[in-house]
Amino acid sequence: MNETVNTPTDIKLPAGDKLVISSSPHLSSGSSLRKIMGGVLLALLPQIIASTWLFGFRALGIIIYTALCCVAAEALWCKLAAKDVWRNISDCSAVVTGVLLAMCLPVSIPLYVPPIGALLAIWLGKQIYGGIGNNPFNPALVARVGLLIALPAAMTFWTPSRGMKSAEYPEIERFYSAEAMEKIKSGADLDGVSCATPLGIVGTTAKICNNSPEAEANFADISGIALQKRYFWGDRAGCLGETCVPALLLGFVILVALNLINWCVPLMFVGTVALLTGIINIAFPGVTPYAIFHIFNGGLLLGAIFMATDMVTSPITGRGCFFFAIGCGVLTTVIRVWGNYPEGVSFAILFMNSLVPLIDRWFSKRPFGYVPKR
Amino acid sequence: MTLYTALIIMGLLGVVLGGVIGIFVKIFKVEKDARAELALELLPGANCGGCGKAGCADFANALAAGEATPGNCPVSSYEQRSAIAYALGIDAGPVEMKQAVVCCLADLGAEEIDYNGVPDCNAANLVAGGPTTCRYGCLGLGSCARVCPFGAIEIIGRVAVVHPELCTGCGKCSDVCPRHVIRMVPAGTTVHVYCNSPEKGVVKRTFCQSACLGCRKCERMLPGRFKFNEFLALINYDYPIFLQAEDVEKCGCPAGCIMTEANRYQAAKTASAKGAK
Amino acid sequence: MKSSRNVMTFYGGIHPNGDGKRLSCFNCIQSVPLLEKYNVILAQNAGKAPIPVVKKGDQVKKYQLIAKADGFVSANLHAPTSGIVSAIGEIQGTMGIPTMAIEITSDGEDAGSAPFEIISDWENADPALLKQRVIDAGLVGMGGASFPTHVKLSIPPEKQVDTLILNGAECEPYLTADHRLMLEFPEKVVRGAAMIGRILNVSNIVIGVEINKLDAVEALEKYTAKYGVNVAVLHVRYPQGSEKQLINAITGRTVKSGTLPMDAGCVVQNVATCAALDDAVMRGIPLVERVVTVTGEIVAKPGNFRFKIGTPALEAVRLAGGVTAEPGKLVFGGPMMGFAQRSFKVPIGKNTSGILLIPQEKAFNFESSGCIRCGRCVQGCPMSLIPCLLSTAIESGRIDLAAENHVMDCMECGSCAYVCPDHRPLVQNVRRAKAELRRQLNSTKGK
Repeated sequence: MNETVNTPTDIKLPAGDKLVISSSPHLSSGSSLRKIMGGVLLALLPQIIASTWLFGFRALGIIIYTALCCVAAEALWCKLAAKDVWRNISDCSAVVTGVLLAMCLPVSIPLYVPPIGALLAIWLGKQIYGGIGNNPFNPALVARVGLLIALPAAMTFWTPSRGMKSAEYPEIERFYSAEAMEKIKSGADLDGVSCATPLGIVGTTAKICNNSPEAEANFADISGIALQKRYFWGDRAGCLGETCVPALLLGFVILVALNLINWCVPLMFVGTVALLTGIINIAFPGVTPYAIFHIFNGGLLLGAIFMATDMVTSPITGRGCFFFAIGCGVLTTVIRVWGNYPEGVSFAILFMNSLVPLIDRWFSKRPFGYVPKR
Repeated sequence: MTLYTALIIMGLLGVVLGGVIGIFVKIFKVEKDARAELALELLPGANCGGCGKAGCADFANALAAGEATPGNCPVSSYEQRSAIAYALGIDAGPVEMKQAVVCCLADLGAEEIDYNGVPDCNAANLVAGGPTTCRYGCLGLGSCARVCPFGAIEIIGRVAVVHPELCTGCGKCSDVCPRHVIRMVPAGTTVHVYCNSPEKGVVKRTFCQSACLGCRKCERMLPGRFKFNEFLALINYDYPIFLQAEDVEKCGCPAGCIMTEANRYQAAKTASAKGAK
Repeated sequence: MKSSRNVMTFYGGIHPNGDGKRLSCFNCIQSVPLLEKYNVILAQNAGKAPIPVVKKGDQVKKYQLIAKADGFVSANLHAPTSGIVSAIGEIQGTMGIPTMAIEITSDGEDAGSAPFEIISDWENADPALLKQRVIDAGLVGMGGASFPTHVKLSIPPEKQVDTLILNGAECEPYLTADHRLMLEFPEKVVRGAAMIGRILNVSNIVIGVEINKLDAVEALEKYTAKYGVNVAVLHVRYPQGSEKQLINAITGRTVKSGTLPMDAGCVVQNVATCAALDDAVMRGIPLVERVVTVTGEIVAKPGNFRFKIGTPALEAVRLAGGVTAEPGKLVFGGPMMGFAQRSFKVPIGKNTSGILLIPQEKAFNFESSGCIRCGRCVQGCPMSLIPCLLSTAIESGRIDLAAENHVMDCMECGSCAYVCPDHRPLVQNVRRAKAELRRQLNSTKGK
């Protein structure tokens, strides 16, 4: 077993003049910011394809345009702040922000809006705090909320999706004005035709006749089986990235498989909304529709899967994420049911983002072998 | 009517809140020494800690209590010190003005070691003894420049260089330096020995071409002006007069590590420009 | 694979992918030819360095005492071979700082007899005698910490120790020295473990081995019944071999912050130390050689070698067949906790478990643009700390904040920096803060 090594003469010995000294560890897992952002983009890909299919090639154009705007905004900031432009762009975080922002825009968005959104997202949402890692709020959501408040008309002008344009299905009638329905039935050019989102109808109904039998009938009507199927496949008016449920779920699976998000957060977020709206619906059927309607509609899934799980703006401990997700869910429900806006996901996430430093403090972990101080 | 209601409510609120503030001011009154406040106003306010106190406010309290003299503040000028002394009616006290010197010429002659990690001297010094072969030399990662309240330290190439016209002698840099390569010398001196290693000349020369050889030639040429720590020449600051620029030539240092501040700065600039090419 | 095994582990930690053990784990431990010169560093143990008892020019025999322990926390040193003490002076040490070393020029004979009496009937021997042998043989923790073994075996009377744990986890990637040792010399390891058990008067003796070394487990199990030792199989997870984590994995106990393993009723020793004790008792020889893994992608013939203490790294690399490319880093120990060296002249010490050469293209790994709060370091930290916040606090000069967040509990295992997608120098920051805090503590004590 104990053989002796014979020393060969012609071996190459190290000169030792290239030695680098550094602190341990000398090994790295090889993950990098760019890989993480690439993973997120990969997870967004099903959504990009779905939105192109549902809303046409203009949707794809808007996504690319917004992403380019964000990259340009980042480059401009880095130039002005004398930072390394290439290094900041090459981590792809601006691209991810851009795509996420585009996901929150309607397909009919005027072309002057994405640049404004990009400036809001990159400058106001991220760079002003010191760049990636230091922003307290999700940049894409900052831009969305900013645009929603500043340009409400542009941000809430919904155009019909693929399956909403044919008069074959009677259930779509309730989303159109009588005039628009005429146009569809006659097969005329649909440019400039707008339709309502299901959540918008719920919001209007709640304002007109809250907690009344009419409202109850209206809610039951809007969450019928045929329409639920439509909601599931994303064939409804809405933002680019929020409609197609299967694509969102595929994105979720990709994110979890690549270990990019804490799977608890989307589950707890959606679960909380479902539970609360379910309880409210059973107790007061005239206040809000079924829970399943709330899951499929609005930006809940998009927000829960891609926005609330943003690494920078979510808590770092597991328990903190748990609390964060529940808080997001509660706030979303509150805004949807009682708030002035029909949709509350972005506001809920932004509000919880602002609590993250506190959550990190409350739910900080106890070290292994922790001894309480006496 | 509504107008009057509003006016009455606002007025009442104002009176009540004002009263509350008044009461609180009385209850939580902080006794402040007027003399200390005066002194604080006249101090430079750099909070550098050069006096050995926690900051200017602490020092002002000490001044007012008679535990310190204005001379203990190394940062303030002659005028500031006399102003404080006059205002407080105390003696300005003895003054010992210092200035910092980075005693290392690593950029001129020492070999380099690749280092990858936190750009901070204290952190780097823990990794395999630091990124210099000489364990007494300047690491050049700028911990001193970052703590200097006066911006008097510049990192040129691989070493720190003190700008004597900006240095006030607070000693913060000297405290933070893990290699103790920053020496506090009497202000006004212009010639220094730019080496910090007391090792044998032969050992030093294997990795640094500009290290003090410990040959004692300087002492032979100018007796009494130098001291020695093992194999390292040090300037004897107790000698009645400081070394002048023309004395540098008289020393004839074979390693060239005795030089004037102006020459040192120039040499560092030239070396870093060469390194950049 | 035996699926019936009860596999244990701890909370947190990482699983390094591509752990590089296959480079060297199939090669038998090889003996090496005698070299001309050996540089034996004096300070080979934690605590005080021993005092030399030989002078320059002295003739020494193999196994002869050349430096005597200075105080309790110190260990004896012995000559690795016969020859002449050619110099006593400063050389480049393993921590990068020059340290005192004794240079022995070999006379080529490697002659010397076992200096200690062989205790073949150790099972009935006085535990104090065995413990004295530990001290005489200059045993230190051979896993890396190099704490003198007899200090860990001296249990104060008020403390109760009921479990002896032998660390055969070898969780560090690339290293296979302990693996080969357990596989080829299982009886030595098990018998040495039983001897330590006798010293401590402990009957519950457990050898913890990671599941990727099942062949070693099977080899050990041939002797476990004979000596009353158990083998615990552990999951492959870094840092399984850390004392606190090993105790937690095997016994479920938690070593409280700021206390020693013996406060939790456990003593942990390395398997290589056991084998060395067995040599000291059964062969009567002190610790003068150890098994070292010489490995790395650019080493021509990676493997395990039985080197004498004091062999320079360059000679070790030569015996491993040289290199295929110029290395960018030379690491003593494993890649996760080992120390980068500045030159190939540094000699092997009692705690050098491996010599790792890292290619130039992998040598620069810290290039940070800022924490993105991904929380991977938090998941990976076996001590349940929050490394990213600690590091940010330290970088902005808030060492007090880091202390509040238990920075002193960090054992610098490097799991956080390993998983960090931004390649932040987390461990180095923590190290700096710990050094700073220790300095502050000492200065307040001084007052």
